[in-house]
Amino acid sequence: MLRLALKAFYPARPPFPLLHIDTTWKFREMISFRDQMAAEYGFDLLIHINEEGLSLGITPFTHGSALYTDVMKTDGLKQALDKYRFDAAFGGARRDEEKSRAKERIFSFRNEQHRWDPKNQRPELWNIYNTRIRPGESIRVFPLSNWTELDIWQYIHLEQIPVVPLYFAKERPVVERDGMLMLLDDERLELKPDEQVQMKSVRFRTLGCYPLTGAIESTASTLPEIIQEMLLATTSERQGRLIDHDQAGSMEKKKQEGYF
Amino acid sequence: MSLLRFITCGSVDDGKSTLIGRLLWDSKLIFEDQLASLEADSKKLGTQNGSIDYALLLDGLQAEREQGITIDVAYRYFATDKRKFIVADTPGHEQYTRNMVTGASTASVAVILVDARKGLLTQTRLHSFLASLVGIRHLVLAVNKMDLVDYSASRFHAIREEYEVFVAGLGFKGITALPISALQGDNVLIRSQQTPWYNGPSLMEHLENIEVDDQTAELPFRLPVQLVNRPTPDFRGFCGTIASGRVRPGDQLVVAASGAVSRVARIITMDGDLAEAQAGQSITITLEDEIDISRGDILADPQARPAQADQFEAHIVWMHDQQLLPGRSYLLKSGASTVSVQISSIKYKININTLQHEPARVLALNEIGVCNLALGKAIAADPYQENKATGSFILIDRFSNATAGAGMINFALRRATNIHWQQQQVTREVRAALKAQHPCVIWFTGLSGSGKSTLANALEQKLASSGRHTMLLDGDNIRHGLNKDLGFTEADRVENIRRIGEVARLMVDAGLIVITAFISPYRAEREMVRNLLPEDEFVEVYVNTPLEECERRDVKGLYKKARQGKLPNFTGIDAPYEAPQAPALTIDTSVLTIEEGVEAILGMMNCT
Repeated sequence: MLRLALKAFYPARPPFPLLHIDTTWKFREMISFRDQMAAEYGFDLLIHINEEGLSLGITPFTHGSALYTDVMKTDGLKQALDKYRFDAAFGGARRDEEKSRAKERIFSFRNEQHRWDPKNQRPELWNIYNTRIRPGESIRVFPLSNWTELDIWQYIHLEQIPVVPLYFAKERPVVERDGMLMLLDDERLELKPDEQVQMKSVRFRTLGCYPLTGAIESTASTLPEIIQEMLLATTSERQGRLIDHDQAGSMEKKKQEGYF
Repeated sequence: MSLLRFITCGSVDDGKSTLIGRLLWDSKLIFEDQLASLEADSKKLGTQNGSIDYALLLDGLQAEREQGITIDVAYRYFATDKRKFIVADTPGHEQYTRNMVTGASTASVAVILVDARKGLLTQTRLHSFLASLVGIRHLVLAVNKMDLVDYSASRFHAIREEYEVFVAGLGFKGITALPISALQGDNVLIRSQQTPWYNGPSLMEHLENIEVDDQTAELPFRLPVQLVNRPTPDFRGFCGTIASGRVRPGDQLVVAASGAVSRVARIITMDGDLAEAQAGQSITITLEDEIDISRGDILADPQARPAQADQFEAHIVWMHDQQLLPGRSYLLKSGASTVSVQISSIKYKININTLQHEPARVLALNEIGVCNLALGKAIAADPYQENKATGSFILIDRFSNATAGAGMINFALRRATNIHWQQQQVTREVRAALKAQHPCVIWFTGLSGSGKSTLANALEQKLASSGRHTMLLDGDNIRHGLNKDLGFTEADRVENIRRIGEVARLMVDAGLIVITAFISPYRAEREMVRNLLPEDEFVEVYVNTPLEECERRDVKGLYKKARQGKLPNFTGIDAPYEAPQAPALTIDTSVLTIEEGVEAILGMMNCT
């Protein structure tokens, strides 16, 4: 999405800042990649942390994925949007990721409370987008709506776009928990009595908070290998995302409440 | 690898979602975890007696899964070795015309499903007509549920022949009929043993190979300017996605609105300058000359210019709960330009069951009409059937900001290009100066019996006695003359206020202080009048006397009649009143006396 924004405004620079809602539980490599990209392109990078959630000590380990996600991601995002008074925020979500996302518009409207009303969406015809909002309302814009996971990786390959190294397979320390391979990303991950750290060749198809994002066993360490692996994949990309499976219609509910 | 966007349409229970689920399933595009949740959902909801219900793959929202219906357009993505596909699944319920038009607007092939047992339905005709209306030229007629008619060749051929007659004249280039069973998988991915009498391709084979000959690069050049790119003071580029045609450096281009001409200096992209660019590419163009261009302008081929007009005839598909009313002001968005627009007349609406033309005064949700439009400002456009990108528009409700309608331009109206403003020598300023006053409209709005006319009369007396030139417009001098052809339906009320607004404006131009006293119940029309005048020349006074008090006064006995049901569409009783959101002044005549009310108005009037 960043590459497309650079191209769209060329030779000018994209006229907007980048915003990261930092839950403090992101993979360390994601954070260093973020900082490196911001420095390289000279982007105006805004980082927001839900300090209130942090001071309450809410973590994915102690409070469960659902509450943690509500507080550190959804509430954090809402705080930041209110703070900076953004009328539109771009996100990289795609319709092929998840069922409720398949029905979301490219320009998706939020009321003053940042809520999404899936039954009351504006029809989108041709490539004409109605961008009008009232004061206090905002728009989530998903320019990649019609891309598939395969499209993304083929484009990354074609354009030689740098990505977080965690997408490539490497020997990494992991722990198996609740059927998920969790990366031992920092010392905050406390092992349970019966758990063992194993070194495995793993990679990630999607990146979120490390305690909530499962690795897959893989040896794909180059872009062509990743694409090849994807063509043969028998599970979907978001399968490793715990929060999608909290309950039926899980993502739809989160999105209604303001989740990206 | 080429991309094909197609749409499936059919009536409820024709098996659309099942077909798409089957296409994804048979192409091994349903992942194991998705299958696991599909199996769980199928068991839980029990729609197919415990077997897998493919429809659940597409019905993404909880309400849909619970009720077993599809309430919105869903998009699915899949690819084979030959092609990538995006399929729009649109609901078949009759009231969902808007969803099908939405899904079809970006598709180049329509797959029309018919239940082999039921044959063609009225909705089959509607779906085919809508596909034709939005410019789809390739149709696939999928005769589904063949397993339930014992794979009967005669049944299939009868439906196929009836359908070909049915859609003759709708302008389709190719119609392919296929006998399938989405549930059993016959002729979906591979050709079926059950239909030895059928020699054609399977649905997937057909979709992989169908030629949709995209001609947009061969059309005259159009670049709707999205952004004027000025990173440094000495660089000025024009960004956008080419809507049609091709362009090379050195080509002459014209700005459609102004007629200014220049040549292309460079075609710039982040990956380097281009020697040629064509429809679909997003580029930045620089020109050899400094000419005035802003967002919303269209750069075009000077040999084949778009029409530049402020009146058009267009097909409109209405998508809003509140009906389309001629005379009401909406916003029209086409390309990157947004202008105000009024529907000047509805020529006819199209009965979606018979396709007959019928007279209409309004368009309701999901109705389709052919209308004349009058725009606040001229735009550049082409007929939709010649160029989809520059012939399409959406209509936006000014208050809810909802996308209220979709439009396809038929042609620019000739009179638009022939009526020119005559430059007047005696200006409105000169006329106002002669009367030594600041002309304006004092617009009273409020319920019947709220005291509008009484206040208006008292105000005019006061102004006249201090030497001001005034004119009072009220129900008596308007309804009996200029507007005696209008009744009290919503559409007539809108037209009533539109005419009063135009008359008031002429009188303000003549230098008068105009006082109007009308219920004027709709916010949209009052805003329309406000927009006719400079900001400080429209003063809205909201006479907010409580309904009970108005009804108690009942000067003309109208509330009594309305309560007895003898006076339909009476504001406050069975027709709505939309209160002003930010009036210049609010007066409650049950609290203030008339004299106090007039003093309050004079106190805030800066137009005397």
